Amino acid sequence: MPRWRPDASLATLKARAELCGSVRAFFMARGVLEVETPILSAHATVDRFIESFSTVDGRWLQTSPEFAMKRLLAAGSGPIFQIARVFRLEEQGRHHNPEFTMLEWYRPGFSMQQLMDEVEALMRALVGGAGGFQRLSYRDAFLRHAGFDPHSADATQMRAAAMAAELISAADFANEPAGFWLDLWMSRVVSPALGAAQPAFVYDFPASQAALAQVRQGPPPVAERFELFWRGIELANGFHELADAKEQRGRFEADQRYRCAAEQVVPPYDAHLIAALEAGLPDCSGVALGLDRVLMLKLGLSDLAQTLAFAADRA
Amino acid sequence: MATVSTNEMKSGTKVLVDGEPYSVVDNEYRKPGKGQATNSIKIRNLKNGRVIERTLKSGDTWEVADIEEIDMQYLYSDGEFWHFMNPTSFEQVQAGATAVADCSKWLKGEEACKVLFFNGIPLSVTPPNYVTLTITETDPGLRGDTSGSGGKPATLETGAVVRVPLFVQQGEVIKVDTRTGDYLGRVGK
Repeated sequence: MPRWRPDASLATLKARAELCGSVRAFFMARGVLEVETPILSAHATVDRFIESFSTVDGRWLQTSPEFAMKRLLAAGSGPIFQIARVFRLEEQGRHHNPEFTMLEWYRPGFSMQQLMDEVEALMRALVGGAGGFQRLSYRDAFLRHAGFDPHSADATQMRAAAMAAELISAADFANEPAGFWLDLWMSRVVSPALGAAQPAFVYDFPASQAALAQVRQGPPPVAERFELFWRGIELANGFHELADAKEQRGRFEADQRYRCAAEQVVPPYDAHLIAALEAGLPDCSGVALGLDRVLMLKLGLSDLAQTLAFAADRA
Repeated sequence: MATVSTNEMKSGTKVLVDGEPYSVVDNEYRKPGKGQATNSIKIRNLKNGRVIERTLKSGDTWEVADIEEIDMQYLYSDGEFWHFMNPTSFEQVQAGATAVADCSKWLKGEEACKVLFFNGIPLSVTPPNYVTLTITETDPGLRGDTSGSGGKPATLETGAVVRVPLFVQQGEVIKVDTRTGDYLGRVGK
């Protein structure tokens, strides 16, 4: 195929436009306000495993519209949604493109379970289907598909299990922390087994993977965070949002120290977000959903590039 | 030493892993939205053809294997080495029995082969996809059988043994697919 040609077919581009139209209709009917926030920012995520593009003038391309949308919530916006283009350095593969379309929305007053209900209702509106989505705790998902308890297994045990399952060879990854093994088991074994027919939610993540979610005290303490999987592919990530400014600053600073020790880029965290949390973020839950992946699965395509007018290698 | 990162490893990239040369067969990027990215990489050992899978953290590197494939003409064997010539430079190289391996049974002389070099030394030899050779020995076929079903073994002038239809006779010239060892047909003289 000549390199100037689009990756997506015209039929797929029409389906993409219809998908975005259905999203807007869904939220308009529920009284959720559509907003637009800047793609370029003076701040960036400091998440240990998400890399931002930087610009020649020292700014950053967003990896999610989360910080700006929380500032709107703190300013009293009420429920809001956004269909945003986001950018992540070095993320490229069959299910990844360095820029992609993220639907993100926030619901003041919603618990994590209430927001999962709404994600399910939206998915019904977008792709149809009947019957409830499965809901599994992170622990149950691991017990069922990996065969160990993720809250009690240590790095040595998870590495031994990975060798027994032939995920790695004997010489590999001798000194990785428990978090590495949870991610490896999740991406190689647990998530591929999730949502084979109907999409499935996984909730109550280990507190070490709280990101921007509230931690509910244990035992064991768990992050009020959920993800949605369909046919083994991660579609959405949601939080009962952390509203404590001091705790949020502490997490940002810990991530910066980790990045510094690992000799990674250390971007400035969003000081405006901390100020907004200090001013008061309403108790809320929020979620981000990868629209390109939803389109890919809805249309039965095998490769994310087939949903994009021009994927990264011909953009 | 040149290295290649996980995001540059494409199908066919030659890499050095634990001192052995490999060719990348498949490279799957996996990343939990908020977690460590890894690549599961299938690689084929260029010495024994075995395919294994290894996992790397995204961004990790392997050394690039010094691998070169050159079209060369087979000249002759002295019993210990098989001699090949680069038809462009006329440079000659000798390959040992390990490198030539099964390929030798298709070679009588002048065949255009592909020679794979690892650190400048012949690692393997691939014969032409099709060769034309004379049958030196086969049992006479049963009278009246022209169906070709079942077939019989026939020894070729290079020593290779292939199955041929019953009607094919000793002294005839046949075309063989070296990738499968299948008889393709008789070649008219």
